[in-house]
Amino acid sequence: MATTRAFARLATRRIGTDTFCSSTRLNCSYTNTRPAAVQPAIFARGLASVTDSAAREPISKVGEKIVPDPARKPIPESKTSTVKEPEPGKDAKIKTFHIYRWNPDEPTSKPKMQTYTLDLNKTGPMMLDALIRIKNEIDPTLTFRRSCREGICGSCAMNIDGVNTLACLCRIPTDTAKESRIYPLPHMYIVKDLVPDMTLFYKQYRSVKPYLQRDTPSPDGREYRQSKAERRKLDGLYECILCACCSTSCPSYWWNQEEYLGPAILLQSYRWIADSRDEKTAERQDALNNSMSLYRCHTILNCSRTCPKGLNPALAIAEIKKSMAFT
Amino acid sequence: MASQRIFQLGLRRAMAPRLTKLQPAGRMIQRRLAATEHVGQSEGQEILAKQRLQRPVSPHLSIYRPQITWYASSLHRITGVVLSGGLYLFGIAYLAAPTLGWHLETPSLVGAVAAWPVWAKVSAKLFVAFPFFFHSLNGIRHLTWDLGWGFKNKTVIQTGWAAVGLTVASALYYTFLA
Repeated sequence: MATTRAFARLATRRIGTDTFCSSTRLNCSYTNTRPAAVQPAIFARGLASVTDSAAREPISKVGEKIVPDPARKPIPESKTSTVKEPEPGKDAKIKTFHIYRWNPDEPTSKPKMQTYTLDLNKTGPMMLDALIRIKNEIDPTLTFRRSCREGICGSCAMNIDGVNTLACLCRIPTDTAKESRIYPLPHMYIVKDLVPDMTLFYKQYRSVKPYLQRDTPSPDGREYRQSKAERRKLDGLYECILCACCSTSCPSYWWNQEEYLGPAILLQSYRWIADSRDEKTAERQDALNNSMSLYRCHTILNCSRTCPKGLNPALAIAEIKKSMAFT
Repeated sequence: MASQRIFQLGLRRAMAPRLTKLQPAGRMIQRRLAATEHVGQSEGQEILAKQRLQRPVSPHLSIYRPQITWYASSLHRITGVVLSGGLYLFGIAYLAAPTLGWHLETPSLVGAVAAWPVWAKVSAKLFVAFPFFFHSLNGIRHLTWDLGWGFKNKTVIQTGWAAVGLTVASALYYTFLA
């Protein structure tokens, strides 16, 4: 697709030049009399066969003319397994979803829970599949963030059945008697429906300077080297995708969001404190050495319990506290 | 398919004799079907500021699933407040007792409690025993966490329920047997 688009852009370039030329009235004669040889080489063939009417046929028709290869005959359906569309109503597994809704276009209205029902036989296995299906087929106004659908982008973080997790990594409980409840991340300002305002979270991330700080060059002028043991310290830290599930599961973060950094950001902070290549460890620790930034962590441990990536922010925070207490 | 069409269109336009000179390059690439209103930077900021004032806070305590992690933590805080608050109250009252003419010395307290009915004695003992044992046992967990131990999810759940079980057992023991 991308290459085709690039071709199309190349093909239209000539017209683009003309536009530029006529609007500025500069070098017009030159551009207009430019020989055809200036055309990009890839179109040489196309241009040579202008008189050939077949060349003007759509590319899709060119494909039709290809004689089918007998070796690539499709396997008849009698020899393959068949996934049948489930009979509607007969063995339908109807699951009820209650979803938090709030529309900024009606700012005075209260947030409400809206109920949707889906046949699980026609829905993918994950909560995100259900949400996407609701948006596509039932209610296009339902708003949520999603991107990678495989737990690597952290966009679809939300509170599902009372626990913060990524919708794309959360299976729909197949027990249809139980109704699922989907809320946005707890105690966040809501932009719309399941979309929380993450501005503060990202600002806090920025405040811990999440990058390598180093003044001395490496001894041999090449990359900064680490031993295997030093690198191993970063395992369980670098995998964090900043989905904010842990931070928004922390009651301490709920009450002190403005000042307490929260588990996700502290884990990121520890990722740089623990990095053997970083030379600003003391400064990083100093920045956390006040009653709010770090020490609002009361080891509630909701963060580690909820992390959809299986990381342990609470342990990282404990390590920061230790490193500050025992030095 | 759409991109193929565009590709052909591009080819044809490139090859066809140019009738009009004014032809924006982007027109054939993309045509917007839905009209959106253009809003300037400052105006957009104003809309954002207005919207931010209206935003609701998503539900938290009431919807988060009860888990041993945060329930134990909040109980630890509450029991701590009860115990230390009780101690402070009694301490201050004990200090003020001589001036106010109260009798809070041990023999008079023992005598007063001995005169209580049984249910009052039992519930008073339970009321002190539960917070005391829960706070003490859960406090051990917190101390180990400060040393960086026992952070695995499984360990946290196990030690949490162990603390609860031990609290119940020891509180009942000291209420009824000791």
